[in-house]
Order: sequence, then C-alpha cells, then structure tokens
Amino acid sequence: MGILIDKNSKIIVQGITGKSGLLHARQCRDYGSDIVGGVTPGRGGTSIEGFTVFDSVADAVSQTNATVSMILVPAPWAADAIFEAAEAGIELTVCITEGIPVRDMVMVKRYLRHSKMRLVGPNCPGVITPGECEVGIMPGNIHKRGNIGVVSRSGTLTYEAVKQLSDAGLGQSTCVGIGGDPIIGMDFIDVLKLFTEDTDTKGVFIIGEIGGDAEELAAHWVKENLKKPAAAFIAGRTAPPGKRMGHAGAIITGGKGLAVDKIRMLEECGVVVAQSPVKIAEAMQEALNKN
Amino acid sequence: MNIHEYQAKEILKSYGIDVPRGCMVKSARQTEKAFQKFGCDCVLKAQVYAGGRGKAGGIKTVRDATQACDTAKELFKKRLVTVQTGAKGLAVKRLLVEEIIDVEKEYYLSLTLDRRTSRYCLIASAEGGMDIEEVARRSPEKIHTLYIDPIVGIKPYHARSISSALGLKGKLIEDCARLIQNLYNVLLEKDCSLLEINPLVVSRNQRLIAMDCKINFDDNALFRHSDYEKMIDLSQLDPLEIEARKFDLAYIKLDGNIGCMVNGAGLAMATLDILMEYGARPANFLDVGGGASREKVAAAFRIILSDKKVRGIFVNIFGGIMRCDVIAQGIIDATKDIAPHIPIVVRMDGSNLDEGIKLLAQSGLNVETVDNLKSGVQKIAQMMSKKQKS
Repeated sequence: MGILIDKNSKIIVQGITGKSGLLHARQCRDYGSDIVGGVTPGRGGTSIEGFTVFDSVADAVSQTNATVSMILVPAPWAADAIFEAAEAGIELTVCITEGIPVRDMVMVKRYLRHSKMRLVGPNCPGVITPGECEVGIMPGNIHKRGNIGVVSRSGTLTYEAVKQLSDAGLGQSTCVGIGGDPIIGMDFIDVLKLFTEDTDTKGVFIIGEIGGDAEELAAHWVKENLKKPAAAFIAGRTAPPGKRMGHAGAIITGGKGLAVDKIRMLEECGVVVAQSPVKIAEAMQEALNKN
Repeated sequence: MNIHEYQAKEILKSYGIDVPRGCMVKSARQTEKAFQKFGCDCVLKAQVYAGGRGKAGGIKTVRDATQACDTAKELFKKRLVTVQTGAKGLAVKRLLVEEIIDVEKEYYLSLTLDRRTSRYCLIASAEGGMDIEEVARRSPEKIHTLYIDPIVGIKPYHARSISSALGLKGKLIEDCARLIQNLYNVLLEKDCSLLEINPLVVSRNQRLIAMDCKINFDDNALFRHSDYEKMIDLSQLDPLEIEARKFDLAYIKLDGNIGCMVNGAGLAMATLDILMEYGARPANFLDVGGGASREKVAAAFRIILSDKKVRGIFVNIFGGIMRCDVIAQGIIDATKDIAPHIPIVVRMDGSNLDEGIKLLAQSGLNVETVDNLKSGVQKIAQMMSKKQKS
C-alpha cells in the first residue's frame, strides 16, 4: 500500500534525454519502478537505454497509459512541463527541478486549483514507497519497507532521517519530499491526509525547516485530525535571520518562520519533536510508545 | 538578490512612478557638485544592503555645499552598523543625494509573495514611514491587504479600493491607483520577490512620490534578466560569498571557527544545529548541492580554507547516489597546493565508500573519516577542544 505510488504505477520522465533525467530514470527502473517511457520534444520515436521517447506528454499518455510523471526539465522550462502534464491527464506529477521562478509557480499553483492533477515539489527529492516504487532521486537502498510515513521539506536531511529510522528497525510506508520552495504543490497537510487514510501507515514523521508557517499549520491539523502517533524534526534552530539558507523558502523574515516557534507549536499539538538531528529514530519510537 | 535604493528608484521612474530628484555619488566632491546642481536642501542617504539606516546615522540632511561635502566625507569613512547588518556593519561606498520634499502625509505600500495563498499580495497602510511589522502587531486594522489572482491581476477598481482605504481623496485616488498598477507591472516584469515603498508620500503640492524604495529580485529568475549581474555592488558582500556565487554554492558566513561543507540545504542547517549543540561554533553555512561534482567540492573546500577564522573542518555528505571517491578527490584537489594543518572530519555515506576512505588515507591529510553524523560531530568537537588545550 503506502500512498501516491505503488508497484502498479506507470511512470514517464519529462526530460529523459537530459543527463540527470536519464540517470534518475535508470535508477528508478533499477529500483523496480515501471518507467514506461520519457518525453523530450523533437526526440519522439527514438529510444534511449531501452526507454521509449515521445515528443509530448499527451503522446506518451495515449500510448503507455502512464498516470505518473517525474519532471527533470531545467528550471526555465519546468513550469511549462507541469502545465503540459496536467493537460495530458497525468494524475501525479513529481517535479524534481530546482530554481523555478516564483512568478511561474504562482501561475502553476493557480492553474492546479482547477485540475485533478496532484503535484509534488518542485525542488524536492520525490516520492518512494519502499520495496515497490520510487519516483525521485533519493538513494533507494537506505529505505526499508514498514509503517512510518515520512513527509519532508528537505532532500538530504530526509535521507539522514530515513537511514536512522531504517537502522532502528522503523521501516517506511511512503516517504514524500514536498520541496523546499516557497510555493509547492502538495503541502504537509495534503500528504498527512493521505497518511491518515492509509492502513499501512501507523506513525508519521514530519521534517520541517525555518521559513513560512507550513509546520504550524500542519501541527494544528495533526492535533485535530491525525489519529496516529507523530514525531518531527525542524532544521535551522541556529540559523541567522534574514538569510536565505540554501532553500528559496528557508528564510526567517520579520521575526516569522523561526524554528523555536514551529517546535513549540508542534509540541503543543502533541507531536514529539527530536531535539537533535541524530535523535530522529528515538523521537519516532517515543511517539509510537506514547500511543 | 538585493539592489540599492537608487537603483530601485531608477526602475520605478522608468515605470512612470514619481521619485525625488536624485543622483548617486561615489565621492565627497561628486556630492558637492550634485548638491549645487539641485540648488536646494538635500538629504544624503548611505547606500547599503540593509534597512534601519536612519537610526544608524546613515541618512543626513545638508543645507549648504560645504556641509554636503563634509557630511559625505564622514559617511564614506563609515562602516554602517544597523539592526540588520550585524556588528561588522557595511562599508558605505555610494550615496544617494536627493532633493528634500515638503511632505504632507506618509503612506506604506508593498508587493510581495504570500506563501499561505501562493499569491502575490499588496499591502498598504496609512501609517507610512514606520516599521510595517510593528504596525501589524499594534494596529492590524490599519493594514489593507489585497491578494492578487494572477489570472486577473490588479484591475483599476482593485487599485482604487486600496487608494480609498488609505483615505486619499479626489484626483489622488486615480493617481495612486495608477501607481499601484504600475508597481504590479514592475513586480512581474522585473521578477521581484519584494517591492516596498516606505514611505510613499503626498507632497504639499499634492504629488504622490516614492520617498524610499526597496527591491529584492527572485534569485530563481536571474536567468531571465542578464542585466542584473552588473547591478550587484560587490562592496556589500563578503569576499567569500562572492567567490561562492561564482560556483553557484549557497554560502553564508557565520562567526564561528569550524568550516562546514554539506550537501543539501536542510542537512546543512541541521549540521549547524548539531555542531552548536555539541558546543562547537560553525564558521559558515555551505550547501554544495544535492549531487555535487568533484570540481564543486574542490571549490567549496577552497572557500572554507581561505576563511582565516577556520580552525577545523567538518564535511557532512549524505551521498547515496553521490560517490565517496568523488568527494575525496575534490578535497584532495583543493588541498594540493596548500596542505591545511587543521583537523578535518569527513562524514560521508554513499557508493564507493571504501575507495573514498582509501584516497583520503593516502593523501597525507589530517583527516578522520566516519560514516554517521553523530560520531562525526563528536569527533570534530573533540579534536577542536584537544587542539585548544595543546
């Protein structure tokens, strides 16, 4: 089970003939994901390393019945790729691309209000349901099949967390990297809703960071609706204000977006917060024991 | 990306928004000349990449040419320390000389992204010239917000409703409405992440004038604006930050002594957090990117080494897909010419781990390799305290 993707998902890769497009298409296939082809305009009808290439997402969908797309198109064209996927009837798009202009994403987000497509990302590591399917760039081997749902704004920090969970025997149902940008598709709450309904998920781990108030909103949602144990870690406790810490969305502005406020809110809402990035599995275990 | 007030005002002017007559100068002599040209009382405004200039003594009124010259000399000597700069302050290399406007009333106007709605929003208040966050806290009813549907944009009636909410009357309603629409065009066409006019004033002769303006550009959109690169004032950036910019590395100078190189922003933040937890003080934030190349690792490592305050280095790379031999090679490349005599701890995880360890061991560098975060942090903290004792 898990959420969003499973072993039956049919996946295409937009930007498959690019260097990273091909690398990650191959890695996902090696993990067991059913990559049914890719899209690069002008390269339709050819194939690359066993992947069939199509000129457009619409072509790919009509010939492969793909329902999932992974976007690894460079930033200047990435928003266009998201629109294309939505109009071609893709159900879930995972946009890995980093550095999409905010103005482009404002329009994407507005458009998606009237679309059935779900968007994960951009600027994210993707989604993985361990042992079944990976749509992303994360190292598959650190994941372990199990019952913890992971949702995160970060990439490598998620790997760190997942490794600690796996090492402690806490496998994952699905891990979702929602992305580090100020405007993203699915947010914490959208993913938490799916985890609530998923019978495989027995506990949830949330990885947040400074900037915005998505963690605070998630905390309230957890308190009201998530009937499962939850733990969290928030990065950037020691970050200086006013500086953009790598992620476009990770910035403390006007006294807002501070780690301490997020941590306090999560704790008030019954979430166990790991006080250190090396105590992630312990926090999760504590949350599980509590309930 | 930051730009100076005078550059922001040039942009506003090109969109038909009134700004005071002004001139950017780089010396006391130029200041004097500009003053004479305007032939009236002027204000000298230090151009630095930070707010809070007025309270920090960076904005001065001058009434004659000699005073203009002397005041400019003083300002140019300064490193301006404001609430936003940190203790080191920022060098004053440029001034904006401006005519003084006879002000009747001050307002606040800004456009920025509202993350919660994923829309741009216009924020307006009749409480101009003050810290808007302060106004929001004290009297939220005095703040008027318009969330902009990107498909509709700001229509004239939206803009008029804001003008009226600000209490403007008669012809000023239309003037302000036009200004708001122009401002939205600046936001979109210039890819701004923040556009703030504080204060916007109505002058005694009933003109609407942008007295101060701050613009930030969206870093992600720089590829659409090849002219922005030359607008950067390098005197306002840390030399190491300039170097990092060249290699597309996210680098922020901090005030500790442990240089940090990490892949991924979230992990980099978490690494700083845990170093502090162990009583160690990071010298920088540095994200080499999710899948860094050998060249990038080398460039990042060189930047850390060139920071004179660095007494130890902690590398934290969660590879997975990334190869550990590439990381090792990058570090070795960076230290080929000058071997550092400071403790280095490398935490790496990923493919080709054994090869990476072997390469570092053979390099002759004072490097400890570990495969998990906890032992890495413990090790560097321990090595640093040992070093201090010896």
